[in-house]
Amino acid sequence: MSGAAGREPVFPTRQSLGLMKSKLKGAEVGHSLLKRKSEALTKRFREITRRIDEAKQKMGRVMQIAAFSLAEVSYAVGGDIGYQVQESAKQARFRVRAKQENVSGVFLPHFESYTEEGINDFGLTGLGKGGQQVQRCRETYARAVETLVELASLQTAFVILDEVIKVVNRRVNAIEHVIIPRTENTIKYINSELDELDREEFYRLKKVSGKKQRDVAAADAELLARREQEAAEAIAQGDTKAKPEEEAPDAPDVLGEQEDTDVIF
Amino acid sequence: MAASATTYKDRQFLAVIGDEDSVTGLLLAGIGHVTDGPDAQRNFLVVDAKTETSAIEKAFVNFTQERNDIAVLLINQHVAERIRHSVDSFADPFPAVLEIPSKDHPYDPEKDSVLKRVRRLFGE
Repeated sequence: MSGAAGREPVFPTRQSLGLMKSKLKGAEVGHSLLKRKSEALTKRFREITRRIDEAKQKMGRVMQIAAFSLAEVSYAVGGDIGYQVQESAKQARFRVRAKQENVSGVFLPHFESYTEEGINDFGLTGLGKGGQQVQRCRETYARAVETLVELASLQTAFVILDEVIKVVNRRVNAIEHVIIPRTENTIKYINSELDELDREEFYRLKKVSGKKQRDVAAADAELLARREQEAAEAIAQGDTKAKPEEEAPDAPDVLGEQEDTDVIF
Repeated sequence: MAASATTYKDRQFLAVIGDEDSVTGLLLAGIGHVTDGPDAQRNFLVVDAKTETSAIEKAFVNFTQERNDIAVLLINQHVAERIRHSVDSFADPFPAVLEIPSKDHPYDPEKDSVLKRVRRLFGE
């Protein structure tokens, strides 16, 4: 069969045949499970990529609006507030929290944005003028950042899923194209070896029984021959009642019917 | 692989590398954070025409690999373009590197490292 897959180094015994059979069964079950997992992940993955595409476009619009509101601020304040903002930033008000979401045994993080109340680094920004614009700009940017955080969690999920799907697919392929053929090959090998042993055993038994038969036949023949001989002898004895000396030349029948020679005293 | 809880549990800040306007806007939204102590570190970097590429590179490495309290790194696309190699070769799930458009540079989906991967995966 497919010689490329090779087989496992086992002794062809019934025990390892059983082991291999259960291994094959396990591999098939695992294969179907992993295949289903991969399909579920891929479905999720496609959904995420679609949402990433949408979110990226949304991000472009949102950032544009945000940039415009910042331009309004600099117009209203009448100067550059960048330096002031950078220097007064101390504590993050806008933070994210990571949550986990389980998709077929894969933990996907999901960022959730929240604002730390009570932190306000920019209380004095736009105090002179343009405070309203600054406030609006902050709200606009906060919404923009929410979109960005959403996008970031999608993107992280995308990266993780991409990797996991690769691993799962690699496993599916390894089981499908290496482990299953190899186990099947091993089973075939063990079966053929066992068959050969069976044939050898059968031949040996045949040989043994043939020899036994021959022996029995020989013994029978001998017995028969002896019986025949005995029978023949018996017949011969019957025939040679007149001449018993043939049979027992050493012991002349004194009781026979033959006439005794006269004894002359 | 599935990220263990410790890798992102204490990641709660966003970082930003970008031009002055983007950084200002995002700081107004309240993402700016300066760590306590003598070696105070800011989680934002303002890039202008005079900023050296090595400085951007250094900040990128600092935000992505050295600091472990950053969940999302926002980077202007035209800045990412300057350190494109580092951005493209950074493939870890944490922190998520997000390319954002800036005021002067409209967003180009063709250059985004993640969208490039999306495109490649779907063979477009």
